[in-house]
Amino acid sequence: MTYIAKPQFHHPELPRNALGFTRRDYEGRVSTLCAGCGHDSISAAIVQAAFELDLEPHRLAKLSGIGCSSKTPDYFLGASHGFNTVHGRMPSVLTGANLANRDLIYLGVSGDGDSASIGLGQFAHAIRRGVNMAYIVENNGVYGLTKGQFSATADAGSKSKRGIVNHDNPIDMVSLALQLGASYVGRGFSGDKSQLTPLIKGAILHKGAAFIDVISPCVAFNNHPGSTKSFDYVREHNEAVNRLDVILGRTPIHADYEPGTVAEVTQHDGSVLKLRKLAADYDASDRNRAMAYLQERQSAGEIVTGLLYVDPDSSDLHDHLHTAATPLNRLGDAELTPGSGALDAINASLR
Amino acid sequence: MEPTNTEAPEYFHRVVDCQWACPAHTPVPEYIRMIAEGRHADAYMVNWKSNVFPGVLGRTCDRPCEPACRRGRVEAEPVAICRLKRVAADNKGDVSARMPGPAAQKNGYRVACVGAGPASLTVARDLAPLGYEVVVYDGDHRAGGMIRSQIPRFRLPESVIDEEVGWITALGPEMRLGQQVDSLKALLDMDYDAIFVGTGAPRGRDLNVPGREEARANIHIGIDWLSSVSFGHIEKIGRRVIVLGGGNTAMDCCRTSRRLGGADVKVIVRSGFDEMKASPWEKEDAMHEGIPILNFLAPKAFTHENGRLTGVVFEAMGWQTDAGGRRKLLPTGEPDQHFECDDVLVAIGQENAFPWIERDIGLDFDEWGMPVVDPVTFQSTNPKVFFGGDAAFGPKNIIWAVAHGHEAAVSIDRWRRGQDVRLRPPPGVTLVSQKMGIHEWSYENDISNDERRKVPLLETKKALADVKAEVELGFDRPLSLAEAHRCLNCDVQTVFAAPLCIECDACMDVCPTDCITFTANGAEEDLRSRLKAPAENLEQPLYVSGALKTGRVMVKDEDVCLHCGLCAERCPTGAWDMQKFLLEMTHAGGGAQCQAR
Ligand SMILES: Cc1cc2nc3c(=O)[nH]c(=O)nc-3n(C[C@H](O)[C@H](O)[C@H](O)COP(=O)(O)OP(=O)(O)OC[C@H]3O[C@@H](n4cnc5c(N)ncnc54)[C@H](O)[C@@H]3O)c2cc1C
Ligand SMILES: Cc1ncc(C[n+]2csc(CCOP(=O)(O)OP(=O)(O)O)c2C)c(N)n1
Ligand code: SF4
Ligand code: SF4
Ligand code: SF4
Ligand SMILES: [Mg+2]
Repeated sequence: MTYIAKPQFHHPELPRNALGFTRRDYEGRVSTLCAGCGHDSISAAIVQAAFELDLEPHRLAKLSGIGCSSKTPDYFLGASHGFNTVHGRMPSVLTGANLANRDLIYLGVSGDGDSASIGLGQFAHAIRRGVNMAYIVENNGVYGLTKGQFSATADAGSKSKRGIVNHDNPIDMVSLALQLGASYVGRGFSGDKSQLTPLIKGAILHKGAAFIDVISPCVAFNNHPGSTKSFDYVREHNEAVNRLDVILGRTPIHADYEPGTVAEVTQHDGSVLKLRKLAADYDASDRNRAMAYLQERQSAGEIVTGLLYVDPDSSDLHDHLHTAATPLNRLGDAELTPGSGALDAINASLR
Repeated sequence: MEPTNTEAPEYFHRVVDCQWACPAHTPVPEYIRMIAEGRHADAYMVNWKSNVFPGVLGRTCDRPCEPACRRGRVEAEPVAICRLKRVAADNKGDVSARMPGPAAQKNGYRVACVGAGPASLTVARDLAPLGYEVVVYDGDHRAGGMIRSQIPRFRLPESVIDEEVGWITALGPEMRLGQQVDSLKALLDMDYDAIFVGTGAPRGRDLNVPGREEARANIHIGIDWLSSVSFGHIEKIGRRVIVLGGGNTAMDCCRTSRRLGGADVKVIVRSGFDEMKASPWEKEDAMHEGIPILNFLAPKAFTHENGRLTGVVFEAMGWQTDAGGRRKLLPTGEPDQHFECDDVLVAIGQENAFPWIERDIGLDFDEWGMPVVDPVTFQSTNPKVFFGGDAAFGPKNIIWAVAHGHEAAVSIDRWRRGQDVRLRPPPGVTLVSQKMGIHEWSYENDISNDERRKVPLLETKKALADVKAEVELGFDRPLSLAEAHRCLNCDVQTVFAAPLCIECDACMDVCPTDCITFTANGAEEDLRSRLKAPAENLEQPLYVSGALKTGRVMVKDEDVCLHCGLCAERCPTGAWDMQKFLLEMTHAGGGAQCQAR
């Protein structure tokens, strides 16, 4: 970590968003991660996404577990709410927060160790319940914070920095999320922010469980030849199926696209996801075909990136539970204690 | 774009905006750091080497470095570079032991300098230690040129001039003061190997309008009047004074008048306030002393009674567009205005005059009566005669006179050695890594958010009571420290090694001012439009790397880089490094291989 505070001065021409904020206003403290860590690039993409979405910082809560990745919420959105929870337990804390106050935007930030090892169960249940959140896994194939042990997402056959080969089968978080019913699933690469930033924007706007797996090289323990999560390896094997543009309801649409190359998805809030197809046969609206495609390309050694699946008519946990539109934390005594008459009526209905 | 050639000294030199803008290329950030460390004597010597008159310039320099200073692009105001120079001079202590003395051995060559202003004195300083026998002539009885004769004592105490002229006279040049040269031909006939003309622009422009002759006794030419004040011949002026003109001389005239009995002093200018030639800070200083500046009034006639001046009649002026679409200052036709006064000071411009140079000695003059002088070598068409300072290209300022003096001295030295004067010695350059640890640098990289400090002033009442009382008190230690910390260390360069870069984006992400972009290469105009932040300042270069692994290039817009070093701290491979670039101009007698310029 640097010993100086990041200078306040910014570029004089730095654009301001609808709220009058510059991108710099969405930053957090200076990162304490290793220089060059992929996670820092993801933080930068989150900052950019929040800026572009004209997000009011107080409307967002960032939650994380334990790990280098889980430390990053300190380095972005310094004016937002934050909860650095326990190893692997971020999904349940996030679920609880979401139940108590459905009005906030929830950003879960986790690592492959945090979500695929110790927190795999928590991850699975938050996704299958359709908690309204953007869940980002910063996936480097190792436990960075504890000095680089293989994590559950490390590919079989990949080599550690000291030359040890991993024989266990990897957990593919994207396939898992698809299978568990996530209604927005993407994969990005920390080294390609132009692809990643719109993926994050779309996820933040999405209603329901949005999941993004971001390959994020650990420069300290997993960026060597033989690693399948290194900058070089990912650049060589990256197969982007599409490029996403997120268009906010009020923004006029300028871009011209070749006919037939763009799929448009309008989300519940009116935002439009424009998907420029790169792989002609890829259809992001079909969950089953997406899963098959992923398996197929994966076995060919490719890392499929892009917006892999989106359900524009998604629903979330609150829909399923029929909770009140007013956040629970804002209900007063009158609403919360309807009186013995109401209790009697309930009891009677159960007899 | 082609990869940037950082081997050429010009590239990194340009990044040090202040040094690049300084005519003498003083290594500004180098001395500012020394001041911060309390090393005032070292800071003084760095200055002395480059600009010869640090104490004088620290109070009077036209400071072209300040409008160029990067800090002004990042925040509202530049670093107070000039006044920090004064801090070095005021606190240096005794530096006499660090000054060179007369040459141990003469080289047998004789050089005459005409005029003892800053240009000539710089030539003497550069050549005397090499063994030249330098003879300096001046019509005045004291050396210093206009530093001595024109600049008022309340801006520049005499002791400062004495000390800094003294370092030069101690080198042993022969000072023939009180000796006006009235024939260059005669001088050429003496056994000088070279002659340097540093006679300045000594003639003040007069205003020939009705009444000028009749009211002569109370109408004074500004620069003549100022030198009479400086040399103690004039100690009083009338109660009501009008100063005509909008340049720095006018500002010195009005402020001096306020101190010599002028209670009602006005500056009246033909043009608008913004078009005035005086520096903004000089106008500010004059107004601070209760002197109104009236604009758009052109003097038309002097009024007088019984041979005494009674006032000046002015015609109202205004900007109008003529038939050809050009903006012109023309009379508006409004009624004339009469201002009463007891004295008028005419400060409407300065001219060169060379009545003492014969026109048949192989020294060409142009159609404006100026000598034909090579702008690089300062040689005239008579190869033995060199010009510099205000005499070369018309009135400028002290720092330009010094810069000319250095270059002319280089030429004189090369010429007498029989070397081509068009070939110039390259500057001395070093580039040294500042890395001390992963996050430690041998310079202060923590950027100060402070605003520019103001120099404390003497109370106006006291200042106006004594023409010799210095108005500016200079920065004290806390102020100078705070101001020094505002400097961004632009000489600590961001140096990029493309082969080490793994394109992790860390530098780009951390950079507070969005200087760095990784993108596909292209033509400069195209690249400038595609960077992370718009690169619209075309004065500032782009630093472009060779192709990286992905085929992209690293492009850094130098414009608003804070030199904070965060890019280098966040780089995992050391592809970025912060390296101190020190460029020192090569003066006469130094330098290796020469290059055509
Ligand atoms: C009122 C006023 C205020 C100024 N204030 C500033 C300021 O604050 N900062 C700044 O940077 N500049 C200032 N200047 C400009 C600055 O003084 C000059 O640009 C600078 O001094 C030029 O230096 P020089 O060596 O070319 O000649 P000068 O300083 O003009 O010196 C020329 C010398 O040559 C002598 N001389 C001339 N002809 C002969 C001859 N034939 N024989 C012998 N000797 C001769 C003169 O007596 C004079 O001493 C000011 C000028 C004026 C008029
Ligand atoms: C309950 C518990 N078990 C184990 C640990 C030790 N631990 C800290 S971080 C970590 C793994 C983090 O890996 P990952 O989530 O991939 O984060 P990364 O550092 O790679 O970004 C482990 C096992 C812990 N802090 N708490
Ligand atoms: S150990 Fe790896 S994951 Fe952790 S900060 Fe360093 S590079 Fe990043
Ligand atoms: S910030 Fe310092 S080094 Fe940079 S231009 Fe200004 S004075 Fe010079
Ligand atoms: S030194 Fe590096 S990080 Fe700092 S402003 Fe300059 S380019 Fe940006
Ligand atoms: Mg990990």
